[in-house]
Amino acid sequence: MLDNWLFVGLMLVVAIGFPIVPILVARLIGPSRPNRIKSETYECGIETVGETWVQFKVQYYIYALVFLIFDIEAVFLFPWAVAFDQLALFAVVEGIIFIIILFGGLLYAWNRGILEWV
Amino acid sequence: MGFFNDPIHFIAAWLEGLFTGWGLPAGLINVILTFLGVFLVANFGMLYVIFLIWVERKLAARMQDRLGPNRVGPYGLFQTIADIVKLFTKEDTTPEGADKAVFNIAPIMAVVSVLLIWAVIPFAEGWIGTDLSVGALYIVAVGSFGIVATLIAGWSSNNKFALLGAFRTVAQLVSYEVPLVLSLMIPVLLARSMGIGSIVEAQTNWYSIFFFMAPIAALIFFISSIAEVGRTPFDLLEAESEIVAGFHIEYSGAKFAMIFAAEFLHAFTISVLTITLFFGGWQGLGDQYPLVAWVWFMVKSMMAYFTVAWIRTTLPRLRIDHMLNYNWKFLTPLALAVLVVTALLDWLIVNGFGTTETIWRPAILFAANVLIGWVTYALLRRRAAQRPARLVVGTPRPVARPPQPPAQPEPEAAAD
Repeated sequence: MLDNWLFVGLMLVVAIGFPIVPILVARLIGPSRPNRIKSETYECGIETVGETWVQFKVQYYIYALVFLIFDIEAVFLFPWAVAFDQLALFAVVEGIIFIIILFGGLLYAWNRGILEWV
Repeated sequence: MGFFNDPIHFIAAWLEGLFTGWGLPAGLINVILTFLGVFLVANFGMLYVIFLIWVERKLAARMQDRLGPNRVGPYGLFQTIADIVKLFTKEDTTPEGADKAVFNIAPIMAVVSVLLIWAVIPFAEGWIGTDLSVGALYIVAVGSFGIVATLIAGWSSNNKFALLGAFRTVAQLVSYEVPLVLSLMIPVLLARSMGIGSIVEAQTNWYSIFFFMAPIAALIFFISSIAEVGRTPFDLLEAESEIVAGFHIEYSGAKFAMIFAAEFLHAFTISVLTITLFFGGWQGLGDQYPLVAWVWFMVKSMMAYFTVAWIRTTLPRLRIDHMLNYNWKFLTPLALAVLVVTALLDWLIVNGFGTTETIWRPAILFAANVLIGWVTYALLRRRAAQRPARLVVGTPRPVARPPQPPAQPEPEAAAD
């Protein structure tokens, strides 16, 4: 078990190293002559106006919330799917009822117009 | 276990013998061998990208009736290497208003999120980085890192186009994660295991590959994976004609190369995941020899990659509301319906009647999928009939013409 995660841990180290090494090498061999105009924000050659870091539109939060509900559903359902052979029919049906309740949630959101892009 | 039969385990066994002969402790040998394995897998991924970029450019060119790269090396094979040299010797600029730490972390995170998926991909029997017992969940968890990378790349650039790309990331990638996870659950359910190795081994016979048991789920998985990569029908986050380059507009040089490589590797990774989860992975004729199995794995995944590239060059970009509607009002309900039906039927077939290794299981599940598909199609047809699509054609209007010179008076006849 620990051996499995040893691979993942080493993979994380190597995967972080893989992009860092080229970026550092490129910093060494590439030129570095920044000037004020070059490091300006590129917005199609037009000077940038006003604040960039504005608030996200509230619509995105609603999508994120609906996503959160369904992703948590998935976390609950994965163990159910793995232990399928040990389940009685009752447990299978109960899992299906859980999915249907969440589907009701989706229908509610749909009906309230949350899923409409405005 | 000869060399040509299974070179990787042959070399691993040889090295283990060598290190034991040197008198290294067993734990250290384990770490060294694991590290070599990691290095092999990661190198395979990153070096294969160089080839993939050439393949994709050639394919796209042929589909658009062009020649594609053909100057550097035979068939333009070294074009990508020339591009790498160019990108590495290019100045690496950081916009002055950017959040520098986050700006630099984003390309690294993009690569990490894709490379980590390769830890659980089985290339052949026994050729798997690590067969985690929670493989499917691990793929979802690690893949979500890529979304964060895209989001912080867009946010930290301090650029309005990049920010628009980040906004769209939230809407698109987060939404398409839902059908992706739900359709990923179906192979898990059919194999009764989250380990990717066991999911492949559950598809031993030709009729027991999960594509036959869950064709709709395979399609949903494939489509939502393409959306996760952000390729052309769903490339709203880097739409060139709308928001210049979207979230990676401010990146240049090596950092841009990393984001680019991560995207291509991700596109190949989703092809690999599709064939691993639904098309039997490395299994094929003669797969008792790992090298042959690896060839099967590559052939199948390149076919899936060809489909990805084909879709990319064929379809136009979706509008954002169409894209979100397609996800929330079509893919997600369909994935839930398929999940419910597959769960109930599969429990009845396998645990209720105890028919595991027969052709009945795929046959019944395939029939159920066809039925679901037909019902979906009928519902869509009914809805389309209720709300006829608006024709997006304007009324005819007078065409602007350049001002005509005033009519010349008729030259009078010289006679009279």
